[in-house]
Amino acid sequence: MSDILFEIKDLEVSYGSIAAIKGISLEVHKGEIVTILGANGAGKTTTMRTISQLLKAKSGSIRFKGQELTQLPAHKIVKLGISHSPEGRRVFGILTVEENLLLGAYTQTKMDREVLDWVFRLFPRLEERRKQLAGTLSGGEQQMLAIGRALMSKPEMLLLDEPSLGIAPILVKAIFKQIKEIAESGVTVLLVEQNAKAALKLADRGYVLDVGKIALSGTSAELLASEKVQEAYLGKKH
Amino acid sequence: MDIFLQQLANGLTIGSMFALVALGYTMVYGVMRLINFAHGDMVAASAFVGLTIYTQVMGQATSLMAVIAIFLLAALSMAVVGIILERIAYRPLRGAPRLSAVVSALGASLVIQNGIMLIWGPRMRIFPELVPQVYWDFGGVVISLIQVIILVLSLVLMISLYLFVEKTRMGAAIRASSIDQDAARLMGINVNSIIALIFIIGSSLGAVGGLFIGLYYRGITFNMGWQYGLYAFIAAIIGGIGNIPGAMLGGMLLGLFNAFIAGYVSSTWADAFTFILLIVILIVRPTGILGERVAEKV
Ligand SMILES: Nc1ncnc2c1ncn2[C@@H]1O[C@H](COP(=O)(O)OP(=O)(O)OP(=O)(O)O)[C@@H](O)[C@H]1O
Ligand SMILES: [Mg+2]
Repeated sequence: MSDILFEIKDLEVSYGSIAAIKGISLEVHKGEIVTILGANGAGKTTTMRTISQLLKAKSGSIRFKGQELTQLPAHKIVKLGISHSPEGRRVFGILTVEENLLLGAYTQTKMDREVLDWVFRLFPRLEERRKQLAGTLSGGEQQMLAIGRALMSKPEMLLLDEPSLGIAPILVKAIFKQIKEIAESGVTVLLVEQNAKAALKLADRGYVLDVGKIALSGTSAELLASEKVQEAYLGKKH
Repeated sequence: MDIFLQQLANGLTIGSMFALVALGYTMVYGVMRLINFAHGDMVAASAFVGLTIYTQVMGQATSLMAVIAIFLLAALSMAVVGIILERIAYRPLRGAPRLSAVVSALGASLVIQNGIMLIWGPRMRIFPELVPQVYWDFGGVVISLIQVIILVLSLVLMISLYLFVEKTRMGAAIRASSIDQDAARLMGINVNSIIALIFIIGSSLGAVGGLFIGLYYRGITFNMGWQYGLYAFIAAIIGGIGNIPGAMLGGMLLGLFNAFIAGYVSSTWADAFTFILLIVILIVRPTGILGERVAEKV
């Protein structure tokens, strides 16, 4: 694989005295889809929030295109080209779909009409509901909105935290298909998932996080074949 | 009928003052979930600052330009005080238990109140007559130029604020920050700047409210912030705390209610009835008339 776009080295994150991330390292190359798998409480969301600087690292480094992120305030991250669709979607419920999308383009001096059209092509449901309050959308539609909103800043790297959370399997399929399309358009994707099967089908490579440490990493094929992953996450017994 | 129309005019006047002050409470609450108890005292401070600008800076001039300058300078001064207040009394306590911020707010209120007393003394001062005493008599209903100015200027300010918050990019950032600060940061919004902006806007509107109180009631005291602040705070709750149009509506309703109680019952009872109104509204609609614009996390 070509150049490293994004790199985490020896990252540690704590909540007070409780260590949640205990020294992880990972890298993402340009154009890849990389997934972080792990059970509840493994530290996936903590990692994502630390990348976006909503949480501050205790030690270690996070670099994007060579630039160190850990000393930056959270609002400066998106401008660098990293956009984050957070766990639980966090759409602005009392604002309309359209207002949510415009807020996604907040760092753009001028909202790019083409990006908006692209988001509507990816998720036509959003265009139909553009005047509807985001809080009244279904869970799946809110997830589409969260992803669409994240795309509005024209990111180079997209962070997706459990886009399948609480969504019917058929919609999950549709959303994952669109994630693939987003990646094919040139956006690098870092995808956090509990749904290991779906994530590994989509991703090029993956890391398995286990109580704050990386237990396993490899290509998707390797991980799918690994007994540990099969047992722990794919529900197969040997 | 005369009483009705007269009290309608009076009610709209005091209502606009309540509304201007209520906006400061509601906007800060909207983004920070904090009742800025010092806001009422800043309103009072503004009247004293206006008085001093009038005597010391403007040489007691009452030309239109001088009056405009007094308003602008007082609003600017209070905006600066607002920013300082946020920096030293509230920002260090973000993330601290809510009660700490409440105590800090009460402390800030006392500091400002005592500061006013220290500078301008404990006795009532008379606010200058910046606007000529012009009255119009419409068949028994008397309306003064001051009332017209207060009402018109308040409406202009409130409509501008509404349009700013609803229609501009920065207004959208304010709304996003009041819904979900972390999500707002992910959009690239500098929430700290938004909070500073909120304090600037709220304090300036409160400053105008304070000057109006001086113009309308004339007598100003160092501790009047408690009374007017309390009314404005109640207005904000009636409209739905955190809700900007709600504060405007709540202020107007409370002003009218007060005026009608004063007109038809007795002004000594106005306070008691105000609290009865508050209680009734909170029983019928616990989140205020237009509803809180805050808690709706999806
Ligand atoms: N605000 C917090 N305060 C204290 N501990 C926290 C906080 N948030 C998360 N934790 C702890 O940190 C650990 C990692 O949590 P995190 O949310 O990162 O897990 P996750 O892998 O995203 O799990 P899930 O799949 O359930 O979303 C957990 O033990 C959790 O209890
Ligand atoms: Mg999580």
